[in-house]
Amino acid sequence: MDIGYYPGCALHGSSNDYEMSVRACLEVLGVQLREVDDWICCGATAAHSLNQKLAVALPARNLALAECQGMQDLLAPCPMCSMELIKANQAISADAKLKKEMAEIVELKVEGKVSVLNLIQIFQQVGLDRIKELAVKSLDEFKPACYYGCLLTRPPEALQFDDCEQPSSMETLLEGLGAAPIDWNYKTECCGAGMTMSNEDTVLDLSHKILTNAADHGANCLVVACPMCHVNLDMKQADIDRRYNVQHDMVVYYLSDLVGFALGLDEQRLGVNRHFVAKH
Amino acid sequence: MDMLTDVTTNTLEELAHTKVQDCYQCGKCSAGCPMAERMDILPHQLVRLVQSGFIDKAAKAESIWQCVSCLTCSTRCPKSVNCAGVLDALRQVSAERQATSPAQHRTVVFQKVFLDNIRRYGRLNELELIGFFKTKGFFKDLSIPLLFKDSLLGPKMMKRHKFHLRGERVKDRGVVNRIFERCMAS
Amino acid sequence: MARIGVFTCWCGENIARNVDVEKVAEAIGKLPHVRCSVAYKYMCSDPGQAIMREKIVSEGLTGVVVASCSPHMHLKTFRKAAESEGLNPYVVEMANIREHCSWVHHNKEDATRKAIDLVRMSVAKVLRNHALDPIRVPVTKRALVIGGGVAGIQAALDIADAGHEVVLVERDPSIGGKMAGLSETFPTLDCSQCILTPRMVDVGQHPNIKLHTYSEVEAVDGYLGNFKVTIRKKARYVDMDKCTGCGICWNACPSKKNLSEFDFGMGTRKAIYVPFPQAVPARPVIDANACIKLTKDKCGLCEKKCPAGAINFDDQDELITEEIGAVVVATGYKLYDIGKEQQNDKLAGYGEYGYGKYKDVIDSLQFERIVSASGPTVGEIQRPSDGKEPKSVVFISCVGSRDNAKGVSYCSKICCMYNAKHTMLYKHKVHDGQAHVFYMDIRAGGKNYDEFVRRAIEQDGAQYHRGRVSKITEENGKLIVRGVDTLAGVPVTVEADLVVLAAAMRPADGVEQLAQKLNVGYDEFGFLSESHPKLRPIETNAAGVFVCGACQGPKDIPESVAQASAAAGKVMMMFSRKELTREPEVACVNEQNCAACFACARACPFNAIEQAEIRDRNGNLVKRTARVNPGLCMGCGTCVAICPSKSVDLEGFTEQQIYAQVESLV
Repeated sequence: MDIGYYPGCALHGSSNDYEMSVRACLEVLGVQLREVDDWICCGATAAHSLNQKLAVALPARNLALAECQGMQDLLAPCPMCSMELIKANQAISADAKLKKEMAEIVELKVEGKVSVLNLIQIFQQVGLDRIKELAVKSLDEFKPACYYGCLLTRPPEALQFDDCEQPSSMETLLEGLGAAPIDWNYKTECCGAGMTMSNEDTVLDLSHKILTNAADHGANCLVVACPMCHVNLDMKQADIDRRYNVQHDMVVYYLSDLVGFALGLDEQRLGVNRHFVAKH
Repeated sequence: MDMLTDVTTNTLEELAHTKVQDCYQCGKCSAGCPMAERMDILPHQLVRLVQSGFIDKAAKAESIWQCVSCLTCSTRCPKSVNCAGVLDALRQVSAERQATSPAQHRTVVFQKVFLDNIRRYGRLNELELIGFFKTKGFFKDLSIPLLFKDSLLGPKMMKRHKFHLRGERVKDRGVVNRIFERCMAS
Repeated sequence: MARIGVFTCWCGENIARNVDVEKVAEAIGKLPHVRCSVAYKYMCSDPGQAIMREKIVSEGLTGVVVASCSPHMHLKTFRKAAESEGLNPYVVEMANIREHCSWVHHNKEDATRKAIDLVRMSVAKVLRNHALDPIRVPVTKRALVIGGGVAGIQAALDIADAGHEVVLVERDPSIGGKMAGLSETFPTLDCSQCILTPRMVDVGQHPNIKLHTYSEVEAVDGYLGNFKVTIRKKARYVDMDKCTGCGICWNACPSKKNLSEFDFGMGTRKAIYVPFPQAVPARPVIDANACIKLTKDKCGLCEKKCPAGAINFDDQDELITEEIGAVVVATGYKLYDIGKEQQNDKLAGYGEYGYGKYKDVIDSLQFERIVSASGPTVGEIQRPSDGKEPKSVVFISCVGSRDNAKGVSYCSKICCMYNAKHTMLYKHKVHDGQAHVFYMDIRAGGKNYDEFVRRAIEQDGAQYHRGRVSKITEENGKLIVRGVDTLAGVPVTVEADLVVLAAAMRPADGVEQLAQKLNVGYDEFGFLSESHPKLRPIETNAAGVFVCGACQGPKDIPESVAQASAAAGKVMMMFSRKELTREPEVACVNEQNCAACFACARACPFNAIEQAEIRDRNGNLVKRTARVNPGLCMGCGTCVAICPSKSVDLEGFTEQQIYAQVESLV
């Protein structure tokens, strides 16, 4: 399987362990990733907070590049990126005037026809059956709390992915590989997103609630599919522990880490040894 | 002082692509907002202010910068009002006019520094982002702790190969700059 | 020789302010065949009508045009006036120079010119009108009432007490509907069953009421006054003539764990069951999917034990036909489903409230059964998960209603009242309990209604929070309800033991199919359409079919009962005549010309066109022809448009008349 690949700034920055994990995992599954040449930042929170036009234009430039480079499917492992790309896609295909305007702004024609996928969808495309075929280990020691965060399922009309109130796509996948995901109440509650630097209190508070609820419901690890969530829950866990005088000890895996384990890859190969909170 | 007298409900509705008159003030947005307990003006109240034309008061609220853009409000709204979009529009308008809440300057600085950063390089240069954020933030509220915040994280990140002295640069940076110019012109 | 009289109305200044009425009268007076053309201030008034009648006689008029308001207003008035002077009412036409002219234009010159055109067109038409007679149809003085809830019961009793036969069809095993399952009713807190069951018994014992329970309407043929209704009596597997209702069978039945429909899943019943003790008829039915004998061919204990030999496992559905003159639809309602399974993709359940996931999140009808003295918990308020008494209950208004995104846009009307009622019933039983209500508005418009709600707040301590709830989660056996109080401007979180959702009232399942069988319209939500929302709320556009109760729109018991009596009144109006009349503006086939292609029969939306044969005296077939049943035809004109040989035309709106109108314009 050949698909386009849009890493986004986080995966090439401080969340490069996520990229390692995704690449290693997809390689075993036979998915060839073709990185969009000269992609630019999607704009993240800053663009839609400060300029609505820019919030469409930056993703539009990337969609145009992908289209020019002959890509039909585009994997964006960061949900912020995938959400902005999909929203731009839809806005452009629905409004001819906007399409024209965007083409002028980004200096490239953009049709809005590229299909943008998140990490879970890639695994769904490969198919659980195929992944089970290639699996060499069972994940039965893992009792994960699957954490979706905000942007994998919202806004529902645009993304149309999973159930935005009671999602289950990660659970289905991991159960199929032998894990025992738990049911809990913070699947889609925000972790504080990009406020890590500007409003740390918020992040510590919201992420603390998430880690606590996961533990209360019997999870022995957390699984995420978003680099921002990972930073807030993993890198900042020590700060959370200190602030609230607790010891969460909750390992936070990327979804591709667990799938990678099932496929026989080790922590080093997947970049798991570069997380902040390690398994005991 | 009202620096937003020319900004109307209509302006915000166009920016947000939504009809605020549809809102019947049920409060479900505020009920589900993770930041509601901390906010001075709740999301449904912000929408109400915009409905009634009190743009200035809404734009100067702290809450629009406390918002984490989780989109829970818009998702659950029974009238499909894009509440998150209204807050985005308020943020844009207040930042453009420099009419933001003083208590939230740090967040505004962060977002502006972020955009400047990607305007320059096309992709985020994290070290420079942190540097500029801390410097500009310091000059806003003269908070020394800000300068040293998370500095212990630096070596830990280096150990994990997550620390990049120099970020990536896009080849065609000219087009990035032009995109910014065109969008931020009007 | 045609002698047309034209009467142009000022309508006070409604018409005269934008149309020069005198000028119109003058211009029209110059047309050939127009014998007199006068203008008057109010044609519909007594003096106005008197002018028309005088002219009919003095000028020997053969046709009349009244240029005034919409025919919907006064066509009947003017036709009656003409008839009183011996002129056939169907040579009276109206030109609408008010709604179609003076009310929509501002330039007086243009409007006057247009008015003259309009009247000229009507004159051209009326020149080709000819006398018509109303169609007379006989009427079978038997009524069909579909639905045995409080509305159906009321309608049936009223009609039966007036001396006419009523066939009452109910698809559940017993009549009583939703009201039979309620605990107490607002605003009096009357015990629901106590006031309903006497009526139910009356129905069961009434000599004029033929009760078919566990039955559904299969097909409806015929027309006003002459319906032939096919009813499917579902297999009960119990012989109603032999069974005495002694109860030995249901006590013996081993199939226990079936969720009770009457208890909305809050309790269980046997496979052979009577839905509740006061059921009418008090005879059981067997649920074929739960019965061990019918599914696995084992057991059969009830048959062995029945002293009357009333069990019959070979029972089949039975189809019967009833001759009916009028139909009253009273199919009632059901609640909006908060779960994932929905009827259409405009609706979505409330995943944020726990999609049927949390046992202690229930809807209002389920709560009624818990509170009810004859319910599954014998009236003790217990939570479904662990049977404990809840000390904190949250009632949420507007679940699914006033919700364009996921539910229905309308207000469900009764929930504000029954939420207040629920807080009171709860407090009266759990003295140290606290009720919370999350609401958007309080709609309490009836007699003593507002006082009722204030009593819940001021005397019974219910805590009202103005705002919707965003999410419900369960932690350690408690339901965490995250809402807001918009009046205070603060988020409000309540830890509840039980949550009751006031889900929107919606039409009952299957009502759309039933409506299509009856040719009755329904709106986007499935509520049956009345003829006119203000002035004709009980009639439908299908002649002879009436609606009452919640199937027409959300409403409470007093309104349902009032509407039911109104429907009975309409039926009795029909039955008080020897025969019924219909307007004669129906289609008519020129049988000589007709090529018998039957395109019209296929196109007719009312199935009003039959295939007929013309035979000679010796019985030999001369030709086939299409023939319109004047009793069913609604005069829509579809057949006229489709007929390739121009053999069918509409009386009162013939093609020649329409051409004449168009020509007079050009």
